[in-house]
Amino acid sequence: MHKNNTYKHITQNGLWKNNPALVQLLGLCPLLAVSNTIVNALGLGLATIGVLVISNTIVSLMRKQIPTQIRLPAFVMIIACATTCIELLMQAYAFELYEILGIFIPLIVTNCSVLGRADAFASKNPVGASALDGLMMGLGFTIVLLANGALRELLGQGSLFAGMELLLGDWATHLRLSLPETYKPFLFAILPPGAFITLGFLIALKQHIDHMHQQRAEQTKAPVASGHKRIRVTDHIQ
Amino acid sequence: MPLMQLTSPHTKNNVSTQKMMLEVIGATLLGAGILTYHFGWGILINVLWASLVALGCEALVLKIRRKPISFYLRDGSALVTALLLALAIPPTAPWWLTLVGTAFAIIIAKQLYGGLGYNPFNPAMAGYALLLISYPVEMTSWLPPRSIAEHTQAHSLQGALQLFWSGAISTQTGLKTVDAFTSATTLDTLKTARTLSLTLEEATAQNPVLGSLSGWMVAPGWFWSNLAFLTGGLYLLKRKHITWHIPLSFLSALTVTASIAYYFKPTLGSPIFHLFSGATMLCAFFIATDPVSAATSQQGKLIYGTGIGLLTYIIRTFGGYPDAVAFAVLLLNLAAPTIDYYTQPRSYGHKKAKKGLHSL
Repeated sequence: MHKNNTYKHITQNGLWKNNPALVQLLGLCPLLAVSNTIVNALGLGLATIGVLVISNTIVSLMRKQIPTQIRLPAFVMIIACATTCIELLMQAYAFELYEILGIFIPLIVTNCSVLGRADAFASKNPVGASALDGLMMGLGFTIVLLANGALRELLGQGSLFAGMELLLGDWATHLRLSLPETYKPFLFAILPPGAFITLGFLIALKQHIDHMHQQRAEQTKAPVASGHKRIRVTDHIQ
Repeated sequence: MPLMQLTSPHTKNNVSTQKMMLEVIGATLLGAGILTYHFGWGILINVLWASLVALGCEALVLKIRRKPISFYLRDGSALVTALLLALAIPPTAPWWLTLVGTAFAIIIAKQLYGGLGYNPFNPAMAGYALLLISYPVEMTSWLPPRSIAEHTQAHSLQGALQLFWSGAISTQTGLKTVDAFTSATTLDTLKTARTLSLTLEEATAQNPVLGSLSGWMVAPGWFWSNLAFLTGGLYLLKRKHITWHIPLSFLSALTVTASIAYYFKPTLGSPIFHLFSGATMLCAFFIATDPVSAATSQQGKLIYGTGIGLLTYIIRTFGGYPDAVAFAVLLLNLAAPTIDYYTQPRSYGHKKAKKGLHSL
């Protein structure tokens, strides 16, 4: 197995290094449209994880049979099947949430990160790695959705976990936390431009964390012995 | 030995950014004073608080960006942004409203894009649009102008401070919230009258805020403050801090559209009404002429101003918000680079550049 495809690497890539929402910036349409509350974000996130795992697994299983020339239509068919399954499941078990998310559940078919993973990873790798990649990419996407949803719900509605009973059953009504009533909801955060700005701040935060890590790594790195000639390939001396 | 720079411009104008910004601030003072006279101390409190917040936010971001703080603070651009935003916020605004708007204007609309000179949008209008979208109730509760209402507690310094601090005034009959004092602005009142399908005479009879000159409808309070901003704007023109292109094209576009509409449907408001209510004059001379976010070529400035004038009238009349200047300016800010691209003047000795469809 190639070094980049060890399970550890796949996990790191999906959750942080190559996060679909923060680094690849794929699937922004549902990310921005649906992340106005935590429950919406969680619903869409779970659906996307499901689709990613199923489609990556099937694509990986059939990668030897699908001719390269028509691979994209074939992938889209597989993804559409997976999405339909998830959609029917949601209709059966979380109908109200399904109604709220509306068109964005069927639109998972067109989520570029799903097709992107199918073409970039699953069509070239064995089943286990592909399924894990789908799971990790989906998780990375969902975490960003949740963070964005929490920020926007807190600012825009002054609450957290409102409406979780739509997804988790009646006991979840007690999860709801709200700010004191004197808080005036910041409506802008609920609207689409607010989503762009909160996502921008999340990306900035990720960059900042990476930057700090890099600086710390450079400080702790042992000083290079002088006198060696080194070939400079890129800006960074490895 | 370094060679002398001999490129144009050869004449040098002895105007620094700081001096220009200070003169812009000076030119708004008369208008700000008249607004304060008519709408109470709240206006002045807003201006002071917004300036404080703007300087604080600017210093904070400059510190994070590791830029020289006092150098950038002294150019006065943050103060101009704060002033323009504060003049557009109602006098009853609580402290957090001004804080949110000013912080957004300075931190996100200005500094995150790279600071003065790099912001694609007018920061004050970005802050205003954010507030209007987020807090529509707070942003539309203006006090009635002094000339038509008796001097309420909300107009006094003490009342304005209480409103600023807690959003309510304590009276002998108990706490009074903002709603007890406020009235809609003239533009809003006219719109409401139209939805009730009142005639112009009925509307002015019922709403003193619309003014008594029923033929022309000059709104009290608003008329004088707009006149003051016009005076300040003419001063800026005379000092050559702005050129005539944007104000003239903006005002004439607004006048022409309003005249045509007024001819067919008088309840839409006379051209004089549109020229002298809301933020028209403030926009024409102080907001739309922002040298950073406006179009730069002369032809481009004319197109830019005309666009703002048309959009202001359309959004004001048919849109859901009380005034439209902020949205019109932001939309044309977006269009400014494109306008500049297509109106680039020919430099001497060169053929006219082929742009757009002609270049095919």
